[in-house]
Amino acid sequence: MTASALGRASEGTRVVRTRRARRFTRLLLPAYSWLVIAYLVFPIAVMIAYSFNKVTTGLPQVSFAWNGFTLEWYRQWSSVPQLTSSFWLSIRLAVSATVLATIVGTLLALALVRYRPPRFRGKAAYEQVLFLNIAAPEIVLGASLLGLFVTINLARGFLTLLLAHVAFCIAYVAITVRARMAGFDRSLEEAATDLGANSLVTFTKITLPLIMPGVMAGGLMAFAISIDDFVTSNFVSGSAVPFPVWVYGVTRIGIPPQVFVFGSAIFAFGIACAIASIVISRRRT
Amino acid sequence: MEAALPAIELTGVIKEFRTGHDVVTAVRELDLTIAEGEFFSLLGPSGCGKTTTMRIIAGFEEPTAGTVSLHGRDVTGVPPNKRDVNMVFQSYALFPHMNVFENVAFGLRRRNVAKDEISRRVNEMLTIVNLDGRSHRRPRELSGGQQQRVALARALVNKPRALLLDEPLGALDLKLRQAMQVELKRIQREVGITFVYVTHDQGEALTMSDRIAVMNEGAIEQLASPREIYEHPSSRFVAGFIGTSNLLAGKASSVSGGDAVIEVGAGERIVVGTRDLAIAPGTELELTVRPEKIELSAERPAGPGCALRGTVTEVVYLGTSTSFTVTTTTGADVVVFQQNSALAGDLASRGDQIWLSWQPAHSYLIGQSAPG
Repeated sequence: MTASALGRASEGTRVVRTRRARRFTRLLLPAYSWLVIAYLVFPIAVMIAYSFNKVTTGLPQVSFAWNGFTLEWYRQWSSVPQLTSSFWLSIRLAVSATVLATIVGTLLALALVRYRPPRFRGKAAYEQVLFLNIAAPEIVLGASLLGLFVTINLARGFLTLLLAHVAFCIAYVAITVRARMAGFDRSLEEAATDLGANSLVTFTKITLPLIMPGVMAGGLMAFAISIDDFVTSNFVSGSAVPFPVWVYGVTRIGIPPQVFVFGSAIFAFGIACAIASIVISRRRT
Repeated sequence: MEAALPAIELTGVIKEFRTGHDVVTAVRELDLTIAEGEFFSLLGPSGCGKTTTMRIIAGFEEPTAGTVSLHGRDVTGVPPNKRDVNMVFQSYALFPHMNVFENVAFGLRRRNVAKDEISRRVNEMLTIVNLDGRSHRRPRELSGGQQQRVALARALVNKPRALLLDEPLGALDLKLRQAMQVELKRIQREVGITFVYVTHDQGEALTMSDRIAVMNEGAIEQLASPREIYEHPSSRFVAGFIGTSNLLAGKASSVSGGDAVIEVGAGERIVVGTRDLAIAPGTELELTVRPEKIELSAERPAGPGCALRGTVTEVVYLGTSTSFTVTTTTGADVVVFQQNSALAGDLASRGDQIWLSWQPAHSYLIGQSAPG
């Protein structure tokens, strides 16, 4: 005790210095964190802010000077017909692509987790393709898909968009679901079979409910990727113009403020989904 | 009276697993008949084929050769959901997204039992396993012992022809395990269903079973009652696996009238029953004596018993008994358990010269172990 007390007296200055250093680091980490968050959130905040901006020129186009607060663009959200129709096209496209990609991706994940080469030939190739699907630049995917559709003479429109979106969403679903399957206890399925359930009942009553969080997460990811896809969609859209492609086209002549209204709505929907998922998972545990 | 059909009958069952180019034989030529209402244990070290045997009965593994019959019906090739047996898994395998009631009702719902009958039978079964009032709990809200009982109820509520239990008490602590052993035996008596119990714990098997099959390397070494297995192990493996036993090697010097005199060292002779083994004088043999059958004394005891001389090399106090390790003059180490009764003082301490003695009936000749 006395020895440490002596030591403490002689190390007084060092204690003060470390305390000061600690105070500094205590501020440093939060400051750094907030900076990163601000960096990520700022563009979204700008979009939301300008969805409430008044327009003083004759044309209803976004101006980047602050002219005052208005709810006009929210009131007139559907007054740009092409914008509205491209938005609904994107929603239909994203929902369809999500449903299809989630089904195919989930089944693919199950196969990848369950089966090994003698039964599942080409499993390694499958895994490589999944990885490639995510790693390949979209510009390559878009250009080659366009080439393919032209070659087989498939008219560009909703169908080609759907085929393209399903193709790049499957990998995300498969990888998310496979991660969820990692700790899956196969004896649960055996127990169900032992209690008289056939394989269909075992899947619907046991397997699917247990991997559902992974399936939902994969589906949400597919939806998020599909709804804002521009590069691939721009190649294969043809006559059907989804929201991001329309917005890109309109930037050359001036963006109507409703674009920011739709953008803010999509963002709000995403936030709502995130909050709902947190609430549900908290209630379960 | 006509003989009742056996609950479970395995005939010539072989199971091989292929991994790449290797073939591993998990079960070799197994014949097994388990009677109706019996508490039957498959006992053996890990990798002996006991779990594979159980999974073959349940239908999760198809035998490479041989047949499985349940109540006289050949079910080889019939999937598990169409077999009238239920299993309690080592991990319990309770459905985490269902509450206790739904877990237990799962099997009945698959068989389209009427709603009110389901709730009557589930509640009845929950009473039997002492889980009243917990039917709305999720499995993870229950203790290990309670989860174990849900698993049991979930299987038993279907009134299977046989219940298969795969090391069901392995995950419980000692106190709970002992309580559950008594509980399992009670439940088995109450429901009167055939239990097939897989374990590597010899204590568990001895406590609960009507009969035990001791398995080693895919084959049954001995199939008998717990007492028979403990007192008369048929092989070196069984003697070593069940409890502590002392093995003494020797040579038969004379055989007469069902008794053999075995020379276990220079001038040391032990008398042992030959059982039905054909023993010629001069044969090398092994015999076993259980530690608690041996008496310690300072002087050579009078009478016709077997006796060996030795030096105490280790004394371990175990509470109710004390374990002595004695190195005999023949060179073998012999373990002796002595009850710490009120009368007994300190029998011996390390370094003491001492006599070991036992009744000839308590030494038991072990059959020739399989060569190799």
